[in-house]
Order: sequence, then C-alpha cells, then structure tokens
Amino acid sequence: MAAKPPEIPNIAEIMGKIKSGEIFGQIVKKVTESQIWTSSFRHGYADTPRNRVLQIASNVWLHLHPVKIHRHALRIKFTWCMGGITFLLFLSTVVTGVILMFYYRPVGEYAYFDMKYLQYDVPFGMLMRNMHRWAAHAMVITVWLHMFRVFLTGSYKPPREFNWVIGVFLVTFTLLLSFTGYLLPWDQLAMWAVTVGTNMARATPFLGHEGPFQEFVFGVSPRYDVRSALIGGSVVGPPALLRFYVLHCILIPLVAGALMIVHFWRIRKDGGISGPL
Amino acid sequence: MADTSAPRKKIEVKVEKVHVWPYLVRIEFLCAIIVIILLTVWSITIDAPLEEAANPTKTPNPSKAPWYFLGLQDILVYFDPWFAGVVAPVFIIVGLILIPYLDVNPKGNGYYTYVERKFAIWIYSFGFLVLWISLIIMGVFLRGPGWNLFMPWQFWDPHKVVALVNVDLPYAFGVRSYNMAMLFGGAVVLGYFAVGTGVYIFMERKAIKNVGILRMLIKVNLALIMFAIVIKIVLRLGFNIKYIWVTPWFNI
Ligand code: HEM
Repeated sequence: MAAKPPEIPNIAEIMGKIKSGEIFGQIVKKVTESQIWTSSFRHGYADTPRNRVLQIASNVWLHLHPVKIHRHALRIKFTWCMGGITFLLFLSTVVTGVILMFYYRPVGEYAYFDMKYLQYDVPFGMLMRNMHRWAAHAMVITVWLHMFRVFLTGSYKPPREFNWVIGVFLVTFTLLLSFTGYLLPWDQLAMWAVTVGTNMARATPFLGHEGPFQEFVFGVSPRYDVRSALIGGSVVGPPALLRFYVLHCILIPLVAGALMIVHFWRIRKDGGISGPL
Repeated sequence: MADTSAPRKKIEVKVEKVHVWPYLVRIEFLCAIIVIILLTVWSITIDAPLEEAANPTKTPNPSKAPWYFLGLQDILVYFDPWFAGVVAPVFIIVGLILIPYLDVNPKGNGYYTYVERKFAIWIYSFGFLVLWISLIIMGVFLRGPGWNLFMPWQFWDPHKVVALVNVDLPYAFGVRSYNMAMLFGGAVVLGYFAVGTGVYIFMERKAIKNVGILRMLIKVNLALIMFAIVIKIVLRLGFNIKYIWVTPWFNI
C-alpha cells in the first residue's frame, strides 16, 4: 500500500495511525527501502519453515539446539529455565573471569593488593569482580534448583539416566569451581574458609594424616597426605594459592565445559527434554 | 504465529513439534536479558566482600567454610571429620549418581507428580531441603563463635561457655569397660543396619523379583545412612550422646 502523506496534518488521523500500528509499518518500510539499508543488507528474512530450520542448523552457536522440539519443552513451568540460566551464569563468569585474570597475580605477595588495585583503580574493576562473584554464587543456587526440578519431573528415568550422572559431576565441579575461586582474593575470609574446607582432607581414611587407618599406610604425615597434595604444603599458603588458581582458571573450567557439551549433546540424543509421553 | 493459536487443551495430549527458531530462541533470549540485567543491578548495588589481608596467625572465630559447604561443616558437630568431611560427601555424590539406577518406578517420567512417586519425592526433598538447605541456613545465620548456636537477636559472645556433658552411648547404658563398650557400640551400629535392611527386605519381599535384591540392598542402606545422620543429631541434641561406637581406629 503506497503511503500518501496527508497535506494538512490531522491529529486524529495521526493518532489513529499510531494506535493501529500503521505508522510503524510505514517507518519500517521507509527504512528498509532506503538506499543505505538495501545496499547493506542483500535480502530480508522470509519467515518460511526452511529458513527457520536454517537459522538453527547453519549457526554454529544455535545448532546446539535441535531444529524442532516438543511444544511442552517450551514451558517455563516445566523446566524453570534453570539449566539454561546455569549455563548463562557460567558463561558470565568466563567473560568476567578473563578480565579479572588480566589484573590478578596468584602470588602470595601480590594477590591481595591486586584485588585492591582492581577494586579502586581499574575502570569497572569492582563491577567485574562483583559480577564474577555473584554469578558464581548464583550458579551454585541455580544448579541445585535445576537438579531439584529434574528430580521432581523424574527426568533422570530411562533413557536419561546417564545425563543425570553427568549432571552429578557437573554439580560437583560447580562447587569445586566456586571453592577454588574463594581462595583467590587472599584475604582473611578466603584463607580461613579454605583452611576449614581443606582441613577435612586431613581426616581422609587411609590417606589423611589424621584419618582412620592412616597408620596402615606407609609415609602418611602432615607433609605428605591428600591434603598436602591439594594445597602444596601443610598449611594454606602461597603454594595453595597457586594450585587453586591453576585449578580454578584452567583445569576445572575445561573439565566442566567439556561435561556441559556432553550434557547438551545427550539431551538431544535422549530424545529432547523429557515429557509426558 | 499460526502455531500458538492451536487449541490449548490439545497440547497435553499429542506430541506437537515446534520450530526452535523462533519459539525457543526468543524465550532464551528474553531470559538471558533478564538474568543479565538482574546480575548487573545486583553487582552495581552490592560489593563482593574483601576483608583484611590473609593472616595465618590470626584465626577468625567462627571460621566458616563457603556457605554452600556449611551443611557439611554443621554435621561436624555430630560426627568426626573423617565422616562429615570425607565419607558423607562421597556418599552424597555416589548416592546421587545411583538414583536413576535404584529408582525403577517407571511412572512419573517427564511430568510433575507426587502421588505416583511419593517415597522418592519424600526422600529427595528431605535430603535436599532439610539436611542440605536448612543446615546451610542455620550455618550462615545462627552459628557464631565457637560454632555455638545463637538466635538472630542474641549477641555473638566469643566467651560463651557450653558445658560439655556428652557421654558415649555405651556409657549411658552403664557399660564401663572399654572393650565391652566397643562391642556394645559395634552391635548397636551394625544391628541398626542389619535390622533396618532385614525389615525392609521382608516388607518388600514381593518386589524382590522385579526390583532385584542388590538394588534393594543398596537402596535401603543408603537410606539408613541418611536416617542415621538424623538419629545421631537427635541423640546428641536430645540425650547428650557423643559417640555410639568408639574403637581404636575411628569413632561414630
Ligand atoms: C553446570 C551445570 C548444568 C548445566 C549448565 C545444565 C544445563 C542443562 C540444560 C540447558 C538443560 C535443558 C533443560 C533445562 O534447562 O532444564 C538440562 C537438562 C538436564 N539436566 Fe542439566 N545442567 C547442569 C547440571 C545438571 C545436574 C547437576 C543434573 C542432575 C544431577 C542435570 C541433569 C539434567 C537432566 C537429566 C536433563 C534432562 C532433563 C529433561 O529431559 O527434562 N544437569 N541441563
């Protein structure tokens, strides 16, 4: 329909156009038919079934999805969106974490002051640190909720048993990611929380120097047991800081990331999100 | 948007497939925007804590593990570290992994239902909401210096003295010799598992053929371990019992 600009502006007519949305259509038409637009974008998006499939199948990020899913899988009441939110929060920690890594050195003498520097001198440093920390805490909560919903819908039942097993490893690694990160600010909170946490390992049966049956294992001592292997000494000191940094920034994210890929792949191979049929 | 105008009632009955683009992608997109906005607002308004520099000579009281481990730290009150810090987490992880292989009830697969799987939902909710979440809440808000319990309106008095009047279970029953106490405690603990297992298998004997004896044994013993934690907490808080079984190698 060709737009005929009215000779005398008529308020009522214009209001009518705004209300009916006609004016919006006209603006879109003007813009998309302009020379700038047509020279930039070769063609528009035609909403055909074929294109809907191609949007997913020919996009490296979107093709984690199947091209079609059961309608019930869309219901937020069913999934609570918690798996997806967990993944999104994980990605947020990756992005903000990389930025933090630019400024942070996992060395006893530097670590704490790098945190101070980050908070007070780096532009948006405090915000990056906050986002990293809160996203990590939120991820712990959302992964528990995700697990709870998967349990409540019985989605671990055949054929999805194995994806539940992968999930249990994922929740474990999520906690370990959070825990190893907890030490890095190298403040009182960090050092003592990790001291409390890793002290448990002293009591590991057979392998911890205060654990049951350790007397039957040769060579277990405060300096050489599972705990000292984890923290690189008999107290939480600079070697522990370095170890936790490497675990936190390299090993655990890689393993967790790999497991997430398998998790998503298995959802598809197991026939999509579980449903009542 | 022809698809969405289909009669709503039909949705439950027949498996209907829809395109991920746009129907799922738009939900994900919206959800992502909302989460990122919330996260940004949260991060602008509340700063992550940074206390004074780490000091190995200055132990804070109380020293708390990160909040998500406070459930485990709290059962340290009732159990020795080898159990609360090592064996219990291993049981939790192994138990969770085994859930799909132990729960052979075919009903309730892919939809919310309470009536079709009451027992499973009770067990999981109890473990998650009571033993895990509520202990965390208690650990975060109510545990003060010396890991003593403080109500929110109470002052965290670092000199609060709580009399240690706990005794071991065999002692409470009048067993005074060390070796007899060890036998007595062992009998109680092993007896608990033996009787619990026996009663369960007997009551569910009709299911043995379908479910399998190994599966039932593992299931009931994992459940017994979970209940044992609760029993120990009750014994400690209600009856001042310290250990049930004392041996030269470990105490329970
Ligand atoms: C880093 C952690 C995790 C991420 C990023 C993640 C992500 C996802 C996503 C995006 C889905 C699609 C459906 C939904 O959003 O609910 C899903 C489904 C599923 N997840 Fe997870 N998940 C994680 C941890 C877990 C854990 C801890 C468990 C259980 C122990 C688990 C078990 C499952 C199962 C069984 C499904 C299939 C559900 C169904 O078919 O209805 N996942 N996960």
